[in-house]
Amino acid sequence: MGFKKYLARKTGVYLITFLFAVTLNWLRPRLMPGNPIEAMLSSNLGLAPGEKEVLMKYYSQLYGLDKPLWEQFVNFWVSLFHGNLGYSILYKAPVTDLIKHALPYDVVILLPAIALSWLVGNWLGAIAGKNKRYDRYTMPLFYFLASMPYFWFAMLLVYFVGVRAGWLPYQGAYAPDLIPSFSGDFIASFLKHWILPFLSLFIVMIGSWAIGMRNMIIYELEADYVRYLEALGGSEKLLTKHAYRNAILPQVTGLALQLGLMVAGAIATEIVFNYPGIGILIMNAALSQDYFLLQGAFLMVVISVLAANFIIDLIYAFIDPRVRTSYTEG
Amino acid sequence: MPRRSRMDTVKIAFRNRKFQFGFGLLMFFVLFALIGPLFTPFAWDGLYYEKVGKIELASYSGRHLPPMSHEEIYTYTGKKVEVLHILGTDIQGKDVYAQLVYGLRTSLWIAVLAAVIGTILGVTIGFVAGYKGGWIDEILMMVVNIMLVIPAIVLLILVAAYLSARSPEIQAIIIGLTGWPWVARAVRSQTLSLKNREFVSLARLAGQSDSKIIFGEIMPNMVSYVFMAGILQFSGAILASATLDFIGLGPTTMVSLGNILQKAIAYNALQFGWWWWFIPPGVIITLIITALFFVNLGMEEVFNPRLRRGGE
Repeated sequence: MGFKKYLARKTGVYLITFLFAVTLNWLRPRLMPGNPIEAMLSSNLGLAPGEKEVLMKYYSQLYGLDKPLWEQFVNFWVSLFHGNLGYSILYKAPVTDLIKHALPYDVVILLPAIALSWLVGNWLGAIAGKNKRYDRYTMPLFYFLASMPYFWFAMLLVYFVGVRAGWLPYQGAYAPDLIPSFSGDFIASFLKHWILPFLSLFIVMIGSWAIGMRNMIIYELEADYVRYLEALGGSEKLLTKHAYRNAILPQVTGLALQLGLMVAGAIATEIVFNYPGIGILIMNAALSQDYFLLQGAFLMVVISVLAANFIIDLIYAFIDPRVRTSYTEG
Repeated sequence: MPRRSRMDTVKIAFRNRKFQFGFGLLMFFVLFALIGPLFTPFAWDGLYYEKVGKIELASYSGRHLPPMSHEEIYTYTGKKVEVLHILGTDIQGKDVYAQLVYGLRTSLWIAVLAAVIGTILGVTIGFVAGYKGGWIDEILMMVVNIMLVIPAIVLLILVAAYLSARSPEIQAIIIGLTGWPWVARAVRSQTLSLKNREFVSLARLAGQSDSKIIFGEIMPNMVSYVFMAGILQFSGAILASATLDFIGLGPTTMVSLGNILQKAIAYNALQFGWWWWFIPPGVIITLIITALFFVNLGMEEVFNPRLRRGGE
């Protein structure tokens, strides 16, 4: 299988997933009981019955809900490609703008947390897999970490580090009296506010990576090729090196599979820290039934996760010798 | 013959230290959820109810108290009752221990229900895909892969947000409906490997019907596998429901563990240092999931002796 073919197949699968997700997103309000417009209007009290009907009609026309379904579907796609995700009733701003402002905060927390926890977790897990005595003490700890809800660990950090010790700020992404800019003050404040949310994700994530790596190393160290190498007199370092190389591959796949859970964790964690990312938007939108914002945030999360999965697939193709040789030699 | 060997498996499992630990811890919490309410006079919402004629009236002092504090409550009929707040009260003076016990009940019930739904769906879909193969397999696996990539939590939030009144059962159903793809994938690959074993081919050669092969030959060999998948579903459901509750999309009719945490955050329990309000629910969630991890580990070792490490 050539690399192009591999790429084409993967792209195809992700395109179908994307189409499916967007269609689902479009379909849901139409399938669910209740009428969002009615819900929106019922919050505006003091409407006479006649006024309400007129307003209903007006909004239905405004949102194109009086057109046939297929036309609504086409319109939905057209506006999606124009970057138009609707208007947030809650924030009184276009959804696209809101997401544009929130997304950077998610990226600066999630990306380093995922990447660093992956590296550190794999490293710790590999040591545990190799060393039985160390394993005995660390394994229960890893399982405890992996069992912890992200947001609860975040609460513990806020309470012990932020409130009790008073070492670090724990609310928002920067001090409330600052305006985002590239000044030294702002960057310092931003970094201080960044530490706790980052740590809460980073530390909990280490647990599951370490567990995965430990199990893989134990499995690989008992594989025939390692036994053979051992019989040939290979040093322990050499054995581990080969075992590690094989064990790391499933961990890359694991990265893709865990992304969804991590996003969920990040959403809840942002709420604890009042960190102005997509998570806060989603919560506020869900609680005040701001459907446009909710759908926009959903799309954003799905697109990001799909893109991340796609990138991981590409990386996997490069690092797995079996996939690599199959397209460089073929 | 098969029955005896199954009993043996259970015996081996109970001799496994990891299984013992996990199962014991889990049973402790189940027991706690069942008999915990006996130790408190408060109802599920942390209020003290007094029966006046046919109706029950709630009374509480509204005072915020630390754990193990005694308090005298005056009821509607003017009686004075002395009560003990084992885990203190929340900001509205409601008993935290009572909320915790009943919340644990709700959370366990949601998780069991969601795990059953997710496992049944996953097993059925994975099994059909693996056993039938061909285009049915292709289509089902396409759906599975799509569902795996879309983060379940956002789906859950979207569905939950559209429902204004949510019962624990509704939450369990929507969690179960998003959790099955993992099971389906695992069961499918297991079915694929079992399908071509000698004993299945023999049964087929002997002219047994499809349903007889499925329930007589393949299913008994998958029970352990399905059970383990179910346990993972259970722990996933606990986490998912806690996260949903925490975002504020939990059951509206009942208190749950995530619900307590959400309220604690909303009323700034962290800033005021009311640790008894937010530490116990999180400890319970974490320990339940840890227990399930260990049950699973123990079972893995029982069914797959290669994983056992010397002496354990």
